[in-house]
Amino acid sequence: MANVPQDLKYAKSHEWVRVNGDVATIGITDHAQHELTDVVFVELPEVGRQLSAGDACAVVESVKTASDIYSPVSGEIIEANQAVVDDPALVNREPYEAGWFYRIKLSNPAEVGALLGPEQYKLQISGA
Amino acid sequence: MKQTPLYPAHQRLGARLIEFGGWEMPVQYTSITDEHLAVRQAAGLFDISHMGEVLVTGPAAQPFLNHTLTNDLGKLAAGQGQYTLMCNDRGGVVDDLYVYRLADQEYLLIINASRIEADVTWLERQRRAFGRRSEVELENASERLGALAIQGPRVADFINACFAGASTAGTLVSRASDLKKNEVASFHWAKDTVWLSRTGYTGEDGFEAVAPAPLLEAIWTHVLDAGKAFGLKPAGLGARDTLRTEVCYPLYGHELDEHTTPIEAGLGFFVALDKGEFVGRPVLAEQKAKGTNKKLAAFKMTDRSAPPRPGYVIWSAGQGGARLGAVVSGTMSPSLGVGIGMAFLPPDSAKAGTLLEIEIRGKRAPAVVVPKPFYRKAG
Repeated sequence: MANVPQDLKYAKSHEWVRVNGDVATIGITDHAQHELTDVVFVELPEVGRQLSAGDACAVVESVKTASDIYSPVSGEIIEANQAVVDDPALVNREPYEAGWFYRIKLSNPAEVGALLGPEQYKLQISGA
Repeated sequence: MKQTPLYPAHQRLGARLIEFGGWEMPVQYTSITDEHLAVRQAAGLFDISHMGEVLVTGPAAQPFLNHTLTNDLGKLAAGQGQYTLMCNDRGGVVDDLYVYRLADQEYLLIINASRIEADVTWLERQRRAFGRRSEVELENASERLGALAIQGPRVADFINACFAGASTAGTLVSRASDLKKNEVASFHWAKDTVWLSRTGYTGEDGFEAVAPAPLLEAIWTHVLDAGKAFGLKPAGLGARDTLRTEVCYPLYGHELDEHTTPIEAGLGFFVALDKGEFVGRPVLAEQKAKGTNKKLAAFKMTDRSAPPRPGYVIWSAGQGGARLGAVVSGTMSPSLGVGIGMAFLPPDSAKAGTLLEIEIRGKRAPAVVVPKPFYRKAG
């Protein structure tokens, strides 16, 4: 069973969100990394880019396919994680820690409330 | 979708299944990278039952096949096989295949899953047009036969435990590991027999086994047990594709189709122009003499970039570079850790060292043409 930490919010498209004041850290879930399999390349948004919730903003490539990653929230990118660019397998090994994708300054913090909680996300990935 | 006799075994192993050529097949069991590296370093077991088998028998089987296929069948003694191609009148590839001479008047063709129908139709049409047609029999045995591939540097260490004893037909050997590259022989299995050849599609040493479909699951389980101590892992089509790409083996529908000739695809070695008349020969002879307008080239990415994928557009490097073609196969190479691919390019651009740019999601990433293959096994 995939790991779904209690202290995070989730998007239906399998990104997680960790909120700290008006900044959110975004990555992909353990379930998502397992489904994507061995991540061999990650492309992240540039710092300064303005995103709306739902925008395709990153790409994760496994051996077999390329998959778009969608921003769960709106705002401005303030940091991208160079470590996952240098070592894409971090996404598989530590999806919630060293394998984070980017930090975003929230332009509409109310969006966070509309994301899934851990129990709702668990239900979604259990196929219920 | 069709399922192979090993479908229940794949499910038990927790395989991830995909559609391939009309079949529901395992793409991976644990990880493409792990399975790929298992084959390069130890051993992997593949279900290749989706592939087709055609038996061609009779007094005129040899001249018929030599007229229909590009390689020279005259070089095969009973118990030997060769890679070959079947071309249309324009020299385009109907299929690429392995042909084994099981006995003097008995040949086994191993054909691509996606081409079974097209091949059988084409072979039947060629047979009807062949002078000695009454002396040739064709049987599409794809339904009643299944197949496995056992591949990797450790396979020779446990193949005799998989298929015990001396061979009973084909190349006569006292044990399976004595078979040499491209040799084929039958071995007892329960009350039946299994054909075993020393061939593969991975660039490693290995064997392929063809057996009646009802036996396949028992053979699969037995081979997995026999190879376990040697690092044998079940491997899916994902690894099969990355392994063959690293050694630049063509995959029908990517490097080969009815509008591409073996000469353009760099497979002239398997076209025996000196053997006499055969289907497609005039076009192939002309291309070999005068050259072609496109050539299959191998390239690798030079900067850190996303891996190339089939369909990506290729440009010549630099300002105002011309559009040269498109990627036909591409992946991240698990052995080399870089993006690799193949593409048909104008002959001038297909030379090793030519700088290219691959268009990936609207941006261009640098690449360079390299000699084939990307990977060569040690020794």
